[in-house]
Amino acid sequence: MWITVASGKGGTGKTTVAVSLALSIDNAMYVDADVEEPNGALFLKPDIEREIVYTEPIPQINTNVCTFCGKCADACIYKAIVILKPLKKAMFFPELCHSCGLCAYVCPVEGALTEVPKEKGKIRFGKSGNLKFAEGLLNLGEASATPLIRGMKKYLPRDGTTVIIDSPPGTSCPVVEATEDSDFVLLVAEPTPFGLNDLALTVSLLKDMGKPMGIVINKWEEGNEIIERYAEAEGLPVLGKIPFSREIAEKYSQGIPVIYAMDNGREIFSEILKNIKETVKNG
Amino acid sequence: MDRAKELVIVSGKGGTGKTTLTASLVKIIKEKVIVDADVDASDLFILLSPKLKEKSKFKGKAVASIDQGKCTHCGLCEQYCRFDAIHKNENGDYTVNSYKCDGCYLCSYVCPVGAISMVPQVVGEWYLSDTDFGAMVHARLNPGDENSGNLVTMVKHQAQLIANEKKLSRIIIDGPPGTGCPVISALSGATVAIIVTEPTLSGMHDLDRILKLAGQFKVMPKIVINKYTLNSDNVKSIEKFAEENGVEIIGKIPFDKCIVDKLSHKLTPIDGEGCDEVKKEIFSIAEKVLPLIS
Repeated sequence: MWITVASGKGGTGKTTVAVSLALSIDNAMYVDADVEEPNGALFLKPDIEREIVYTEPIPQINTNVCTFCGKCADACIYKAIVILKPLKKAMFFPELCHSCGLCAYVCPVEGALTEVPKEKGKIRFGKSGNLKFAEGLLNLGEASATPLIRGMKKYLPRDGTTVIIDSPPGTSCPVVEATEDSDFVLLVAEPTPFGLNDLALTVSLLKDMGKPMGIVINKWEEGNEIIERYAEAEGLPVLGKIPFSREIAEKYSQGIPVIYAMDNGREIFSEILKNIKETVKNG
Repeated sequence: MDRAKELVIVSGKGGTGKTTLTASLVKIIKEKVIVDADVDASDLFILLSPKLKEKSKFKGKAVASIDQGKCTHCGLCEQYCRFDAIHKNENGDYTVNSYKCDGCYLCSYVCPVGAISMVPQVVGEWYLSDTDFGAMVHARLNPGDENSGNLVTMVKHQAQLIANEKKLSRIIIDGPPGTGCPVISALSGATVAIIVTEPTLSGMHDLDRILKLAGQFKVMPKIVINKYTLNSDNVKSIEKFAEENGVEIIGKIPFDKCIVDKLSHKLTPIDGEGCDEVKKEIFSIAEKVLPLIS
C-alpha cells in the first residue's frame, strides 16, 4: 500500500507526521518527495546505502553540422532554443528546457542536435533502523520538482511494504505527481484560517483525482473546531488529532518526530493506520 | 521611471511565518504595492481582506486533445510522451491526463494522422484589489496545474505597473515556499529578501538552500528567526551560520501562542492588544528593512 502525506499549507507538520506514521509500521518505507526541501532525513538520520544521479535529456547542438534552419527553435514551446540564422549561432537555455524531446524529433539534419543527459538531482536510498528510506533532492536552481518525483517513484516497491510518501506543499503539479499513484492521501491540517484555506484547495484537487483521503489535525486545541466542521461538511474522516504543545515543538526543533514527543504517540499513529486500512479496504 | 524596489519574504520551509510577517510589514510600511506570490496556496488575503477590483484569466500550457474519430490507435503518442500523460483507457482509446500533460506539442508532431490538437488552458486567475493598506495583486493557480512561475512573474509585473502609475517606490511580496520555479520567479529582480527561518533542524536546513538561491539571483538576504525561544542551541547555530555567510539577522520573534490566537481571528500580531514583545520586534524589523527599499 502507498500512502501519501500531504497538506496545502507548508509547515503544518507533514514531515513529522509522515515520519511518525512510517515509524509506527513494521514493514515500511519512508519516501521524501518534498524534493525542493527534503527534511525527513533530519528526523530519521538514515544510513545511505545507494545514491542515483537523476538526469533528464537536454539537447546538444553541433554547430559544425547544424544548418541553422531554426526548426527546433520554432517548435520549442518553452523558448529554450534560439537560432540566429544570419550569425550562424545556436543558443540553448537549459533552465527553460523541459526535456520533452521535441527539438530532437523535428531536427532534419543527422547529428546536428542530439540529446545528452543533464543532472537534475539525486535519489538516495538507505535505512533508519528497520525502516527503509528514500529521498529525492532537486539541484538548486532547477525549476521543476515533478520529473524527479516521477523518476523516484519508479524505484518504490509494490510488494507488502507500506510506502509512506512525504509530499511537497502546495497544490500544483508536484503534489499531483506525489499523490496520483497512492492508495490513500493523509492530509495534515492546522486549525487556523490559513490551514483551512489551503486544506480546502488540496481537497478540491484530490477530489478531482478521486483519491480516498482523511485528515490529521496538528496543533489541535480543545474548543477550536474549524477543521472538524469543514471535514464534516465535506464528508471527510478526521483520523487523528495532535495537540498544540510547546513541548512537541521543542522536541521537533531537535529533530524528534511527534511519535516520540508524546506519551501516547504510538497509540495515536496505530489508530491512524488502522483507520486508513479500513477506508482503503472499504474502497 | 525606475523600477519599484521589491522586498520579498521567503523561507524555503513552509509554515515559518512568512505570511504573518508579510501582513504585519504591509501594515507598517507605507507607499507600496502588495503582492501575494504564493499562488499555489495564497493566504495573505485572509489577513488583509482585499476588495476585488478586477479579475483576469491566466492562460498557461496547451493540453493535447485526441480526436477519437481520426485516431488509428497506433500508439506512437504514448510511446513518445515523456510526461507519462497518454495512456489507453479501458475501451482501448488513447486519452490524455491533463494534469500530467506538459503542453510540449511533441505528440501533435508524431501523430501520423493529425488526430492530436493542442488546446490552450486557463490555469488560473489573477486579481487587482484594494486593501486598507494599499493596492494588492494576487492570483490563484488552479489546483493541480503547473506554470506557477509564470503566474508569479505576471503578478510581479502587474505590481510594477501599478507602482509606476501611482508613483510608489516599493513592492512587498509574500513569497512561495520551496526553492523551485515560483520561488525563482519571486526572487528574480528583487532588491531584498527577508528569509524567515526557525530554530528547528528543518528550518535550518532550508535556510541554507534558500540563501544559496538568493545568492544566485543577487538579492540582498536578511534573516528573521521566528519562534526563537524554542531552541537556544539552534539559534546559536543560525547566528554562527549567518555570520559565516555575512548575512545580517534583522529580527528574532519569540514562540508565543498569542500569534496563533490572533491569526485565528484573522489578525496579525501587531493588531489589537497584547503580544507586546512580538509587536516590538516586528516594528524593529520594519525599521531595519525600510532604508534598504527606499
